[in-house]
Amino acid sequence: MTQSVSLQLPTDWRDFLALTKPRVMSLVVFTGICGIIAAPERIHPVLAFTAILCIAIGAGGAAALNQWWEADLDAGMKRTAARPLPSGRMNTIEARDFGVALSVGSVLLMGLAIGWLAAVILAISIVYYAVIYTIWLKPRTPQNIVIGGGAGAFPPLIGWVAATGEITLMPVLLFAIIFFWTPPHFWALALFVKSDYAKVGIPMMPVVAGERATRRQILAYAALLLPLSMAPWWVGGTGSVYGISALVLGLVFLALSARVGLREAADGDTMKPEKQLFAWSVIYLFALFAALVTDRLILA
Amino acid sequence: MTDNLPPDPEEISRIQRSRNNVLGVLLGAFVVLIFFISLAKMG
Repeated sequence: MTQSVSLQLPTDWRDFLALTKPRVMSLVVFTGICGIIAAPERIHPVLAFTAILCIAIGAGGAAALNQWWEADLDAGMKRTAARPLPSGRMNTIEARDFGVALSVGSVLLMGLAIGWLAAVILAISIVYYAVIYTIWLKPRTPQNIVIGGGAGAFPPLIGWVAATGEITLMPVLLFAIIFFWTPPHFWALALFVKSDYAKVGIPMMPVVAGERATRRQILAYAALLLPLSMAPWWVGGTGSVYGISALVLGLVFLALSARVGLREAADGDTMKPEKQLFAWSVIYLFALFAALVTDRLILA
Repeated sequence: MTDNLPPDPEEISRIQRSRNNVLGVLLGAFVVLIFFISLAKMG
């Protein structure tokens, strides 16, 4: 019996879209918008839209380069095996060129339309994610999530700089908040999702340092995040709407993290505290930035 | 036994046509965006 196998069909445009990881891009766009709105200076709506578009396209380019580099690893993991490259629906050269085109194009458009400081920071964020995180650190250190979190922290900084044209303390604080939020967010997920990172040689904290160390570090980062998230209020960058919101949201985050940090999972455990912490960590970040924007709109 | 057959020409042209349509829309949107950016920068 013969089985017909199509040779290389042209790549469908939906696979190019999938290469940009649209779901990840939505958080990038949200925090980028918050950075623009929270900034003290106003920017023309068209230029604000263009800045967000560049941040999104840059994130898409970095994601495409990430998948180009990790095609072999993705093929070895159930969660990623159906992606365009490991499944053979796209060839690696196409993916690489697509990623480079998006990255370069977004930086150029940001520079020409908005400003070169924002464009430089966007370029740094793309290199940070595609090279420093993906190629250099992810395969080598269980702290990869901590460092990789930096890539997700750039958008509000870029949005703020796009609006104001300068780097001040406030956008750096927004960057730091997301940077310290990322480890508890991802490690809570890693505790209850048996990912096969270990099978493809990616050192994830729960696998390399063990669950106990992971739980303690979740608690440590959450404890650091609380005062850090209130710093914008303390330095006078926001009003009390944000300050009180950050306190309440942070206390809940800390309580859930303490519950996860101080317990051991038994066999057959439902991992409910970990799932609740992960779910809350998503709500936390959206609510915190929404409070930031609300506070700004009230102050305006 | 697996026998590699040339891809179906109709499938190829369908994919290429849909790709070209999407590319056309994106380029059109890009032109409109540049127009409005120009207005904003001149404003």
